[in-house]
Amino acid sequence: MNANSSWVFWRAFARNKGAVLGLVILAGVLTLALFASVFFPGDPWDMATAPFQPPLSDGAPLGSDMLGRDIAAGIAHGARVSLLIGLTSTAAALAIGVTLGALAGFHGGWVDDAIMRFTELFQTIPNFVLAVVLVAIFTPSLTTIVAAIAIVSWPPLARLARGEFMSLRNREFVQAAITTGQSNSSIILRQILPNSLSPIIVSASLMVATAILLESSLSFLGLGDPNAMSWGYMIGAARTVIRQAWWMSFFPGLAIILTVLALNLVGEGLNDALNPKLARSRG
Amino acid sequence: MTTPLLDVRGLSIALPPGADRPLAVDNLTFTLNPNEILCVVGESGSGKSMTAHAMMGLLPHPHVRVSAGSLLFKGRDVLTMPEAEQRSLRGGRIAMVFQEPMTALNPLMRVGRQIGESLREHTSLPAAGRRARVVELLDQVGLPNPAELADAYPFRLSGGQRQRVMIAMALACQPDILIADEPTTALDVTTQKQILDLIRAIQAERHMGLMFITHDFGVVAEIAHRVAVMRHGKLVEYGAASDVLNRPQHPYTRQLIASVPHYIEHRADHAKSGPALLVAEKVRKVFHVGGGLFKKSKTVVAGDDLSLTIHPGETVGLVGESGSGKSTLGRSIVGLIKPDSGRILFEGTDLLSLDRKGFRPYRRAVQMVFQDPYASLNPRHTIGDIVAQGPVAFGENRAAALTRARELLAMVGLDGSAADRYPHEFSGGQRQRVGIARALAMEPKLLVADEPVSALDVSVQGQVLELLDDIRKRLGLAMLFITHDLRIAAQVCDTIAVMRRGKIVEMGTAREVFTHPRDAYTRSLLDAIPGKGWEIPADLRHGPAGPRTVEASA
Repeated sequence: MNANSSWVFWRAFARNKGAVLGLVILAGVLTLALFASVFFPGDPWDMATAPFQPPLSDGAPLGSDMLGRDIAAGIAHGARVSLLIGLTSTAAALAIGVTLGALAGFHGGWVDDAIMRFTELFQTIPNFVLAVVLVAIFTPSLTTIVAAIAIVSWPPLARLARGEFMSLRNREFVQAAITTGQSNSSIILRQILPNSLSPIIVSASLMVATAILLESSLSFLGLGDPNAMSWGYMIGAARTVIRQAWWMSFFPGLAIILTVLALNLVGEGLNDALNPKLARSRG
Repeated sequence: MTTPLLDVRGLSIALPPGADRPLAVDNLTFTLNPNEILCVVGESGSGKSMTAHAMMGLLPHPHVRVSAGSLLFKGRDVLTMPEAEQRSLRGGRIAMVFQEPMTALNPLMRVGRQIGESLREHTSLPAAGRRARVVELLDQVGLPNPAELADAYPFRLSGGQRQRVMIAMALACQPDILIADEPTTALDVTTQKQILDLIRAIQAERHMGLMFITHDFGVVAEIAHRVAVMRHGKLVEYGAASDVLNRPQHPYTRQLIASVPHYIEHRADHAKSGPALLVAEKVRKVFHVGGGLFKKSKTVVAGDDLSLTIHPGETVGLVGESGSGKSTLGRSIVGLIKPDSGRILFEGTDLLSLDRKGFRPYRRAVQMVFQDPYASLNPRHTIGDIVAQGPVAFGENRAAALTRARELLAMVGLDGSAADRYPHEFSGGQRQRVGIARALAMEPKLLVADEPVSALDVSVQGQVLELLDDIRKRLGLAMLFITHDLRIAAQVCDTIAVMRRGKIVEMGTAREVFTHPRDAYTRSLLDAIPGKGWEIPADLRHGPAGPRTVEASA
């Protein structure tokens, strides 16, 4: 994209006020994650103050949990884990999904049949159940959680990429590329992929939100990485005392809601800006 | 003179800010009398459809609106009427037939009910009476088994049949004015003739005022009583059909008429020299539609026993209606489709026997120009890249290929800066020039042009045809020219092959085929060419934009 078209893109994105708000929230979460150790030096697992301190008390602005750990520090460090898992698992899901979808859509025929049956195999198993099983089998750690989330979330991306590739495959500019002797890999990567990216980017941005939710749910069930402070773990740990200490689950919950909402708003804004893609109206 | 049915006075339609011009229609004045056919002619973007849409209240509110003028129907201004009155006028007194019969009918509603809807809206007929009237209407528009057809869903009908249904629907309330917006553009030439005959007969029988919007001067010559020529929203010429067609005054009208392809003249026979460049022998291709693991697929024979020969420097025209299999043959030759049987010999080598690797060298020799200039260029690549990609794929140095691309762009009439811009910055005609440059970059010996001008306006068509002809001569290219338009084929082809339902029914020199057609189908195709009774005025025959300039100097 040249400078002019990226400006047009930004203008289309900014027309959606919600998307800009989402971007601002997301930037906040990102800053929190990046500077967690600056804002809250020390280990978030360490006892910082007395247990069961309500919000706005000394040394714990958002209160402390039943072991006296600072909730605010937990949220800041948890943002790291959430974003890291959200982004890496989506990247992994994109790699699997787009590759398989592109191959299926481009080649068609038996390749398509084989890949799509394989995809359906994954789609018939409920996402969360599969993720729980995978994490339970391969002892919980950041890597296994990322892998499990990626494995359960690539099928929709594969189907999307396949659809885009199938329709673009028969467009005349792709046929022109075939008649001018370009190789399959160059046609897939240079001709078709850039034209199919818009819907894929949009659904990937939404998928980051789903991945964060999945991770939180896993941690809530106690299947999170035991060494990483995460929002889901905090809620899970606090659920038994929710009536005595609402703040322990409320603030991590708020963090999840805001982050997921922001990602959804950004995804929607991207959708508005990218679809209809390079439309004639722009010319 | 009787009072006009429709009196349009100083009509202006404003476009939203940011459009390419402030007014879609600018100060338009014309009248439509009872029992008259007024043809509104213009190229795309001339505002001719906008005028019709304003009359029918179809302007996309609130972005596009009438900014000045009046539309008088029998002396009363339609634009200032209350909404309810306007509604009863539309569909009742003024009816419209649309261009695209495939999308103008609701696919989920039976044909009879769709026609009955406007009867229910505008008349007090009981259900049984409506039904009888629908059957009667379907009969009047020449559809077989009208009673049975009324219960059919649109998908069962062909394009021509659907357009007949649309006409029946428009006629349902016996309108005073029928507006037809390019009603035959999407149809094959023989179907077009039938629909034109039908519209003309119905108009004469009911003494309706017919406003017929078209871009095709052949159609105008066929049916018009009066003609209004529009350009960029302005009326440039307006008068009796015989005057406008035979003594056009305005330079734009003259240019348009000069670029109308006319089949009266054809090329001198091509002197075939040396061995054939390409020989297709008994090519057969069957498509399997639908089907799956447990379902048998339907087979469609797209091409059967197709044989043809192309000599170096020769232009062979492949002519036929949609679905005749002409594109299938073209695509088989460039290797986009693998035929089921037969041989395609290029300089003696059977291309079909080669594997992917063996075929690769021949890719360069046979190049294709595609139909749709909007779909055939990758919107994300610059023009220079698009032209250079082919040679680069064959191992040429990228910088050299880009330099060569600039030269080629200049050769097809685009300036050097075009190479750094993106396709959406160009018009249809310019994009088609890029498509031609891309094919030429491979230094082919044979060019397969699949309907290269059918998506373009007639004046641009002329320029692109002229370019193709010029290039063919300069580079000594052989060409397979696929088209549905016999007039264009007559202009550019040495040899013509006529296809019908997957078979070549006649092949011969252009002179033979046009003067002594042997096959009945060829004769019916020639007979269906609109406006064949009209001779383009002599002083325009070698007109400024006409491809005939090239011919004349040859």
